[in-house]
Amino acid sequence: MIDTRTRILAIVGCLGLLLLIVELVRRRRMKEEYSVLWIGTGVVLLVLAAWYQLLGWITDAIGGVALSSTLFFMGFLFAFLMLLHFSIRMSALERRLTALVQEIGMLSAPADAAPAALDPLLDPAARGVAQSPGPRQTSPPGS
Amino acid sequence: MIAVPAFNEAGRVGAVVRDVRDTLPDADVVVVDDGSADDTAAEARAAGATVITLPINSGYGTALQTAYKFAVRRGYALLGQIDADGQHQASYLMTMLETLDEEGADVVIGSRFLGRDGHYRPSAARKVGIALFSRIASLITRQRITDPTSGFQVMRIDVARFFCSDVYPSDYPDADILILLHRSGFVVREVPVQMRPSTNVSMHGGHKSVYYVYKMFLSILVTMFRGTKPEEAR
Repeated sequence: MIDTRTRILAIVGCLGLLLLIVELVRRRRMKEEYSVLWIGTGVVLLVLAAWYQLLGWITDAIGGVALSSTLFFMGFLFAFLMLLHFSIRMSALERRLTALVQEIGMLSAPADAAPAALDPLLDPAARGVAQSPGPRQTSPPGS
Repeated sequence: MIAVPAFNEAGRVGAVVRDVRDTLPDADVVVVDDGSADDTAAEARAAGATVITLPINSGYGTALQTAYKFAVRRGYALLGQIDADGQHQASYLMTMLETLDEEGADVVIGSRFLGRDGHYRPSAARKVGIALFSRIASLITRQRITDPTSGFQVMRIDVARFFCSDVYPSDYPDADILILLHRSGFVVREVPVQMRPSTNVSMHGGHKSVYYVYKMFLSILVTMFRGTKPEEAR
């Protein structure tokens, strides 16, 4: 059995969550991409809270005892997926930030260090700069 | 081109730049100033280096990778790297370049342990870590690797180009990258070098050792399970 109060709390909570997410997307405070998992969480929890038999069936299937704990378990699962999603996104953001930092850094280097072959306008005195150190200028195989 | 990654190395980086320029007058010295708060950039510039200033302190690996990207774009054929704290003696760059040439290697690493003269004495914990990952790297690459943490290297531009992709760890390149190089078909050699006593904590010596060991194990493991994608590497 699941307590009616728990059910009401779960249904109201899910509806509130769904409204909040839609509103955040409407105000462009949240990108559509990020709303997917949140909307999924809200909808699944709402269905489970409202559809008594399905919740009971899942509870049996996973060997759970209390129906309400299945509900919380599903909520926890989604929160976990959310955090995983953020870790992946953060790693991607960090990679992009690094690339930007490197580009800005390279812009800070004077252009006169460019190889003469690429820039004929350069001062002849600067033409040696493209050379590799010493006599080892043989181009590597395959290049 | 000789790359010198530097973070707050004012008072030392100038001497390193001059040392390299005296040894290899034809080479361009490029100092990657990793968001230093001191006069590292000005000092390097005054000593005759081209300076790349990163707007945010981004770590040793990111600073080095910036140099690799720079070398590839500016069309250099060979690239060396030397630490900015003055531990490495530029004169060894000659030996390393000769080894690169004579043995047909793609990367030559200056090893602090190969000479076995015991001049370099790291802390016990560091020694264990280096020994452990040298052993693992040696086993996997089937060749003797004694100093995978050395920041004193010369390489062909193909290797730098390979490092410009996502394969390169932005925090701290180590034994994992040597294993990746080996698996991707690059030839790695070591030559013995002497170190000057460091006047400063090494740029890449400050990391937490527990995290370091964890990271290296994970990194080597995923490197072993990753494809080498030679078509992208070359």
